[in-house]
Amino acid sequence: MTTKSNKLFEPALVQTALKESFIKLDPRIMMRNPVMFTVEIGTVIMLYMCVYSFTHSGQGSFAYNLIIFIVLLLTLLFANFAEAIAEARGKAQADSLRKTREETPANVLLKDGSIVQKSSNELRKGDMFVCEAGDTIPTDGEITEGLATIDESAITGESAPVIREAGGDKSSVTGGTKVLSDKIKVVVTTEPGESFLDKMIALVEGASRQKTPNEIALTILLASFTLIFIIVCVTLKPFADYANTPITIAALISLFVCLIPTTIGGLLSAIGIAGMDRALRANVITKSGKAVETAGDIDVLLLDKTGTITIGNRKATQFWPAPGILPENLVKAAVLSSLADETPEGKSIIELAQQSNMCISMVAPQGAEFINFTAETRSSGINTPDGLRIRKGAFDAMRKLTLNAGNNFSADVEERVKAIASNGGTPLVVAQNEQILGTIELQDIIKPGIAERFERLRKMGIKTVMVTGDNPLTAKFIAQKAGVDDFIAEAKPEDKMNYIKAEQQSGRLVAMMGDGTNDAPALAQADVGVAMNSGTQAAKEAGNMVDLDNDPTKLIEVVEIGKQLLITRGTLTTFSIANDVAKYFAIVPALFIASIPALQAINIMRLHSPESAILSAVIFNAIIIPMLIPLALKGVEYKPIGASALLRRNLLIYGLGGVIAPFIGIKLIDLLISLFF
Amino acid sequence: MNTELLGITASFVLMLIIGIPLGKYLAKIFAGERVWTDFMKPLENGIFKLSGINPNEGMDWKQFLKAMMAINLLWLVYGFFVLLYQDKLPLNPDGNPGMTADLAFNSIISFVVNCNLQHYSGESGASYLVQHFIFMFLQFVSAATGIACAVAVFKAFRDKTTTDLGNFWNYFLKSITRLLLPLSIVVALVLTFNGTPSSYAGKDQFISLQGDTVHVSRGPAAQFIAIKHLGTNGGGWFGANSAHPLENPSYLTNMVEIVSQMIIPIAMVLCFGYFIKRKKLGWVIFGVMMIGALMLLIPSISSETGGNSAIAKMGIAQPTGAMEGKEVRLGPTATAFWSTFTTIVSTGSVNGMHDSTMPLTGLWQLLGMMINGFFGGCGVGVLNYFIYLIIAVFISGLMVGRTPEFMGHKVEAREVKIAALITLLSPFLIMVGTAVAAYLFTNHGNADWAVKPSAWLNNPSFHGFSEMLYEMTSSNANNGSGFEGLGDNNIFWNVSAGILMILGRFLPIIGPVAIAGLLAKKKFIPESAGTLKTDTVTFGLMTFAVILVLNALSYFPALALGPIAEFFSMPK
Repeated sequence: MTTKSNKLFEPALVQTALKESFIKLDPRIMMRNPVMFTVEIGTVIMLYMCVYSFTHSGQGSFAYNLIIFIVLLLTLLFANFAEAIAEARGKAQADSLRKTREETPANVLLKDGSIVQKSSNELRKGDMFVCEAGDTIPTDGEITEGLATIDESAITGESAPVIREAGGDKSSVTGGTKVLSDKIKVVVTTEPGESFLDKMIALVEGASRQKTPNEIALTILLASFTLIFIIVCVTLKPFADYANTPITIAALISLFVCLIPTTIGGLLSAIGIAGMDRALRANVITKSGKAVETAGDIDVLLLDKTGTITIGNRKATQFWPAPGILPENLVKAAVLSSLADETPEGKSIIELAQQSNMCISMVAPQGAEFINFTAETRSSGINTPDGLRIRKGAFDAMRKLTLNAGNNFSADVEERVKAIASNGGTPLVVAQNEQILGTIELQDIIKPGIAERFERLRKMGIKTVMVTGDNPLTAKFIAQKAGVDDFIAEAKPEDKMNYIKAEQQSGRLVAMMGDGTNDAPALAQADVGVAMNSGTQAAKEAGNMVDLDNDPTKLIEVVEIGKQLLITRGTLTTFSIANDVAKYFAIVPALFIASIPALQAINIMRLHSPESAILSAVIFNAIIIPMLIPLALKGVEYKPIGASALLRRNLLIYGLGGVIAPFIGIKLIDLLISLFF
Repeated sequence: MNTELLGITASFVLMLIIGIPLGKYLAKIFAGERVWTDFMKPLENGIFKLSGINPNEGMDWKQFLKAMMAINLLWLVYGFFVLLYQDKLPLNPDGNPGMTADLAFNSIISFVVNCNLQHYSGESGASYLVQHFIFMFLQFVSAATGIACAVAVFKAFRDKTTTDLGNFWNYFLKSITRLLLPLSIVVALVLTFNGTPSSYAGKDQFISLQGDTVHVSRGPAAQFIAIKHLGTNGGGWFGANSAHPLENPSYLTNMVEIVSQMIIPIAMVLCFGYFIKRKKLGWVIFGVMMIGALMLLIPSISSETGGNSAIAKMGIAQPTGAMEGKEVRLGPTATAFWSTFTTIVSTGSVNGMHDSTMPLTGLWQLLGMMINGFFGGCGVGVLNYFIYLIIAVFISGLMVGRTPEFMGHKVEAREVKIAALITLLSPFLIMVGTAVAAYLFTNHGNADWAVKPSAWLNNPSFHGFSEMLYEMTSSNANNGSGFEGLGDNNIFWNVSAGILMILGRFLPIIGPVAIAGLLAKKKFIPESAGTLKTDTVTFGLMTFAVILVLNALSYFPALALGPIAEFFSMPK
C-alpha cells in the first residue's frame, strides 16, 4: 500500500500523540492503568509539596521539589505518549484503508427492478446495488449475480485484477475497489460503521479496546508489585523515624515511582495496540486483540495445499502413451478433450501439447459436444460428430469405463498411474471410445522457500497440516517434499472440522485459513480462523481475522505477530523489574546517608549527593520510557530457537541487561547533574 | 580440613544420604505403592474404620482445604483452653502457672502452625501435660498437615486433567505412621542414650561447688526434641532450645538434630519429581534450593569464624571465631551451619544465640526466613517455592511468546491473582508488623502497658531494629526462632506475632493448593518445541532470579536499616 510508512515517528502523528498525552492525564482514563495511576497520585502530591516547600522548610528546597514534580509529570506524559503514538499509528493505518471508501454514488436496485442513485452512506444491510465496468464499489457486499474482474489494489496493493463471481467461494467484494469489466449485482452485507475495518479501528482507538487475557494477568501481577512497593515506601517512614532519619516526601515518592514497574506499566497498552497495528500492516484485520494473542499460542496449522504449499494449480508435465499407441494419437485426443476445459489443468494440457512440436489442430470440430466434469463420472471430454468419444479423468473412473465396455485395462497403464502418483503427480487417464490411449501426468509445483518456512514453524513447535483433495499417495509425496508434518487427503469440508476437533480435544490450539462457505464451520471451530477477504460473507463472519491480501501463507506471519506481542510484554516486564536493583542502590543510601554515614558503603555507584542520586534515579526512570517506545512499537524479535534457548537469550538481554543498564545510566545522569548541584 | 569443617561436612553428607532415598520412599507411599512399612496398614485401617473415613475417597481442592482447616481449628480451640488452665490440670509436677490469655493465644497458634515461637520459657512455662499432649502432639500433626497439603499439589500434576487431589486424611495419617512416627522413635532413642532426659519426674536439684542450690528441669524431653526437628517445628523442651546441654548433649546429638530437621524438606522436593514421574523437575528444584542454601551458608560460616571486629579492636585474639552466644563444645562453625539451615527450613531451633551472631549472619538468617522456600518447612517449603515457580512460569512464558503453562496447564489471570496475593502477603505482614512496632517504640515508648514499648529492646539502634524485624519475619515464616534480645512476652508481641503466624501459615497453604486445583482442572496441553520446559537448568535459573529479585526488592530498605547498617557501622 502506498500510504504504508515504516517510519516510527511521523511528524503529523507525533503532533496528535503529544496532544493526546495531555488529554490522557485525566484520572478517569489513567485509572485503567493501576501502575501509572499511582504515579499520577504521586505527581499530585509533589505538586502540593512544591507549594508547601515554597513557604516551609524541612522538605527540601523549592527547586528540588519542583524538579521532582516535573520529572514525574514527564514520566506520566511519556507513558501517555507511548500509548498515544501507538494509537495514532494504528489509526493512520486504518484511516488509509478507510479512505478508499469515501462517499461514492451507488446504483441501488429497488424491488420493482428500477435503479436509483444513492450515496454509499445511505446503503443499509440487505440493499442491492449494481456495478458496471468503471464503477467503484460503494460498500462491502456479496455478489448475487454475475462475474466481474475487479481491481483490488486500493486494499491489497496488488495490481493484478482478480475475478469475483456469484455463487462460488470468491463472491465477496470490498468497498473502494473498482470493477474493471462486466456487471455484477451485489447485496450489502454490513450496516454502515459496522464493517470489519470499522471494528478494527475501534479496537485500536481504545474506546472498545478490551484487555486480552494475558494482559489482564500481567496487569494483576504488576499491580501486586506496585502494592509491595507501596508497603515498602509507607513502612519506610516509621523505620526512618526509628533510625532518627527524616525522609522528605519528595524522596519517598521518588523511591516509590522508581520502584514500581513504570517502564512496562507505561508501555503495556502501547505494546498491545502495536501488536494489532502490526497485524494491520500485514493487511490482516483482526476482530479482537485476543485473536492476535491466541495466534502466538497456536500448535497446529491447517494449510490448504493449493496456493499455500504449491503454486496455483497442477500443470501437465508429460504424456505417457499406452503400449501400442502412437504418442501423437494420445496428444491429439488429450487436446481435443481439453479444448473446452477451462480449468487450469485443462489449459496446461494444451500448453504442453503446443510445446511438443507435433502438428495438432487446436480447433474443435464443428458440432462437437463437450462433456463437463461431474463429481459422479469424475471425467470430462468431448463427443465429436464423427463418432469419437474422448474422455479423460481419474484412474478408477476410467478403468470402470473401459471394463464396463468390455475392454481390458492395460497393466502397463496401471503401473504408470501408480508411478506418477507415488511421485506426487496426478495421473489423468485418456480414453477414446472406451479404449485407453495413455496417461497425462500432472505435477504440483511446490513454492520456493516454503520448506524453510515449515522448518521455522517446526522449530516454533507448530505442527503443519496440509489439506488437499488429492489422493493419499499424491498427498503424501507433496507433504514429504514440502516438509509438512501431516496431511489430510481427499479432504471434504467435514474432514477439516473433524481434524480440528480431534486436535482441540487433545488440548492443542488450531489455526486455519479458508474462504468458502463450507469452510465457515471449521473457521468458527478453529481457535484462529483467518478468512480471505475474497471469501464469502459466511466465512468472514466465522473467522476471527480477515486477510485483505488473500494470501494463504499469511497465517505464518500472524503467528509470529502473536508471539512477538507476548515476548515484548514479558521482556519489558523483566527489564522493568530488573532495573529496580540499581535504583535501590541509588536511592536507599541517599535516604539514610545523612544520619547513618556508614551506609555510604552501599552507594556503590559513588553518586555525588543524596539529591543528585534521587534525581538521577527518577530521571532515568522517566527517560527509559521514551527510549523503549520504538521497541514497544516494533516488538521484540522472535527467534525460533526453541523455548529454553529463547528464554536464555531474553533473560540475558533484558534480565541481566536490565540489571546493568540503569547502573550505567544513573551514573551518567548523576555526573551531568552534579555539575549543577 | 579442621574438625569443625569436617563436622559440618559430615552432617551435610548425611542429610543427602538419608534425604534422597527418603524422597523416593515418600513418593511410593503417597502413590499407594507397596513399601516395607506396609505392616502399619492394619493400624491405619483401624483408625480409618474407627473414624468412619474412606481414605480412597477423592477430594477436590475445596473439600481438601475444608478438611484441613476444620481439624486445625479444632486443635486451636481446645489447645487454647488447656494452656489457659494448665495449672488446674494434671501432670504439672513443677506447679507451673496457667498462661495469660495473650500468651496462650500466641503459644497455641505457634504450635498449630508449626512455628513454635515460644514466648513462654519451655521448662518453667508449660506443664508436662501441655508439653506432651498439646505441644508434642501438635508438632506431629502440624508437620503432617504441611506434608499432606504438599502432596495434594503433587497429585494435581500427576494426572493430566483431574479435580481429585487425593484424600486429606489419607495423606495426613500416612505422613505420621509411615514417616514422622518411626523416624521420631529412632531419633528419640539416640538422644536418650546420649543423655537427654526422658522421664516424668519433676525438677532435680544439686548443690554446686560454690554451694548454690541448682534446680535442674527435666521431663520427657527426648521424644519432644526428636519430632521438634523431624517436623521442622523447632520448639524446645527447655527455654534455651538446643543450646541447652540436656537438649543437645554432644556433638553427635548436634549432628543428629541438624540432620533430622533437613531430611524431610529435602525428601519432599525430590518426592515431587518422583511422584509426578518427572524426576528431573525434582532435581532442578533441589539444585536451585541447594545453591540458595549454600549462598546463605558459606558467608555465614565465614563471618562467624572471622570473629568480631569490635573485640579484635580491644586487642583480644579470637582464634576460634566469634564466640559470643556460642556453645564452646560446638563452636561457631557448627552454629553458623545450624543457623542457616534452621532459618531456611523454618525449624527455628537454635544451638547458639542468633542475637549474638555477626550482623551479616543475621542478614542471611533473615533472608533465609524471608525467602522461606529453600527447602522450607515440612511440605510448606515446596508450597512456598511453588508460588515463586508460578510467577517465574508466567514471566518466562511471556518471554518465549506463549501463554504461560505449567505441566501442560495454562496459567491464567486467576492463578496469577492468587500467586500475586501470596507473594504480596509476606512483605505486607513483615513490613507492616515491623513498622507498627517501630512506630510504637519511637512514638509511644512510655505507653502505660505492662511492658512499656521502650523496654522491648535490649540493644537499641540498628540491632534493636533487627530484633523487631527478626521477630516479625520469624512469625510470618512460621520459623519460631528469635533474636532473643527482644522482650516478647507481652500483649503487643503475643498478639501481633500470633496474627502473623496464623496468616503466614494458612494463606500460603491455601494459595498453592487452590492454584494446583484450578490448574489440574484445565485441559492438558501436550508439550511441543514451543513449550517452555520447567525442568531445565535455564528455568531453574529463572526461578532463582525471581526468588532473589522479589525478596531483595521487598526487604532491601528494611535490611539496610537493620543488619546492613550494623555491619557497616562496625569498627574496621
